[in-house]
Amino acid sequence: MYDFEYVKPGSLDAAKSAIAGAEDGKLMAGGMTLIPTLKQRLASPSDVVDLGGLGDLAGIRKDGNSIVIGAMTRHAEVAASADVKAAIPALADLAEGIGDPQVRNRGTIGGSIANNDPAADYPAALVALGATVRTTKRELAAEDFFTGMFETALEDDEIITEVVFPTAEKAAYAKFPNPASRYAIVGVFVAKGGDGVKVAVTGAGPAVFRVAEMETALSGNFSADALQGISVSADDLNSDIHAGADYRAHLVGVMAQRAVKAAG
Amino acid sequence: MANVTMTINGKQVSGEVESRTLLVEFLRDQQRLTGTHVGCDTSQCGACVVHVNGDSAKSCTMLAVQADGADVTTIEGLAKGDDLHPMQAAFRENHGLQCGFCTPGMIMSAIDLVQHNADPSETEIREWLEGNICRCTGYHNIVKSIKAGAEAMRG
Ligand SMILES: Cc1cc2nc3c(=O)[nH]c(=O)nc-3n(C[C@H](O)[C@H](O)[C@H](O)COP(=O)(O)OP(=O)(O)OC[C@H]3O[C@@H](n4cnc5c(N)ncnc54)[C@H](O)[C@@H]3O)c2cc1C
Ligand code: FES
Ligand code: FES
Repeated sequence: MYDFEYVKPGSLDAAKSAIAGAEDGKLMAGGMTLIPTLKQRLASPSDVVDLGGLGDLAGIRKDGNSIVIGAMTRHAEVAASADVKAAIPALADLAEGIGDPQVRNRGTIGGSIANNDPAADYPAALVALGATVRTTKRELAAEDFFTGMFETALEDDEIITEVVFPTAEKAAYAKFPNPASRYAIVGVFVAKGGDGVKVAVTGAGPAVFRVAEMETALSGNFSADALQGISVSADDLNSDIHAGADYRAHLVGVMAQRAVKAAG
Repeated sequence: MANVTMTINGKQVSGEVESRTLLVEFLRDQQRLTGTHVGCDTSQCGACVVHVNGDSAKSCTMLAVQADGADVTTIEGLAKGDDLHPMQAAFRENHGLQCGFCTPGMIMSAIDLVQHNADPSETEIREWLEGNICRCTGYHNIVKSIKAGAEAMRG
């Protein structure tokens, strides 16, 4: 790891100026992805701006029909939150299934979505539930936020502050995890909410995507049977040592059915 | 260089570190607390697990500067004099180790589990150990040790 200037601002305003003023600055949440990246010298920022001092960015609150989760909220807190379990139990389940207890104790929702790993779990939940990402500059719909493999709409000096999740009538997440890391080989989040049924897939492609054909079928008949015979093309899916594209395409169907069954 | 101050095993310590110094390096190289191990250095194996402000964390995936002001507990902080912590004693009683390399991390992780769940089932123990890898034991006696350790901690 190359050395860098470490800054730990005490306020969001100070963090904004620190990141804007740095020559080649990088924000740090829990460091669960950033520190391994620095060790591998895949990144060598001049400055690391630690958001760990910003207590205001951590926490979960109810706001009308929504659950609002601060960017610095750790996965373990989402998994254990009584408010999340009551309003969107599928989201608490998803958080509980991330990595291992030590990853959940330090990894954050803001860091996870900013990183937009193709195999990360949260992107599927944000897209299926129609969440909104609030930043220091604007509000973005989840589908506009995730733009590609490890790519988001975020600008270099833009800080995610919180994520707003509308509650759903029914929702569930089913994942086929990599047995070593627990990252999703394929994960499918299904939600039936105010603006219809959404099926969001992570792990399978370069970034999270929706399956329109499944959504139409489930809008008419919200049952696993309705998904029989619907297949996803393997053409643009990922192939790696863990699974080939055709296997991932098959898993999308299986995980979608499991999610619908679990959503009840 | 930055100056960090933290409480380690109940004692306040300070030291000069680079921004890039890992917490595990600070513990092992500067504080000479070599009970915390480095197995993988890639956030996978859990040999480096310590408690930071009461929660288990991988000290190879944390900077020393992130722990400035924190309360850190390592494996060295568990025994009271010659009396092993009940979880340590349970690992000894139940042959929960062979080479012992993974053991400090296993024990720190297990104690965090019992803080959340005083009477964990075998399945819950196995799920909790997702981030702790053992090359020797096959896990069976580790799970047995943690069950016994949890019982002893309940008193
Ligand atoms: C062993 C292991 C297993 C894992 N398994 C899973 C898994 O099963 N599923 C899964 O989804 N994830 C998994 N993860 C990833 C984990 O969920 C972390 O949340 C993720 O690595 C991000 O970590 P972090 O929150 O500490 O962010 P950091 O590592 O600190 O930051 C990650 C990136 O986000 C940026 N960033 C952080 N916060 C903000 C913000 N508020 N605004 C703008 N940019 C920001 C940083 O600049 C950096 O580029 C795993 C990680 C490890 C090490
Ligand atoms: S050395 Fe930290 S997880 Fe392996
Ligand atoms: S006892 Fe040898 S690695 Fe676990």
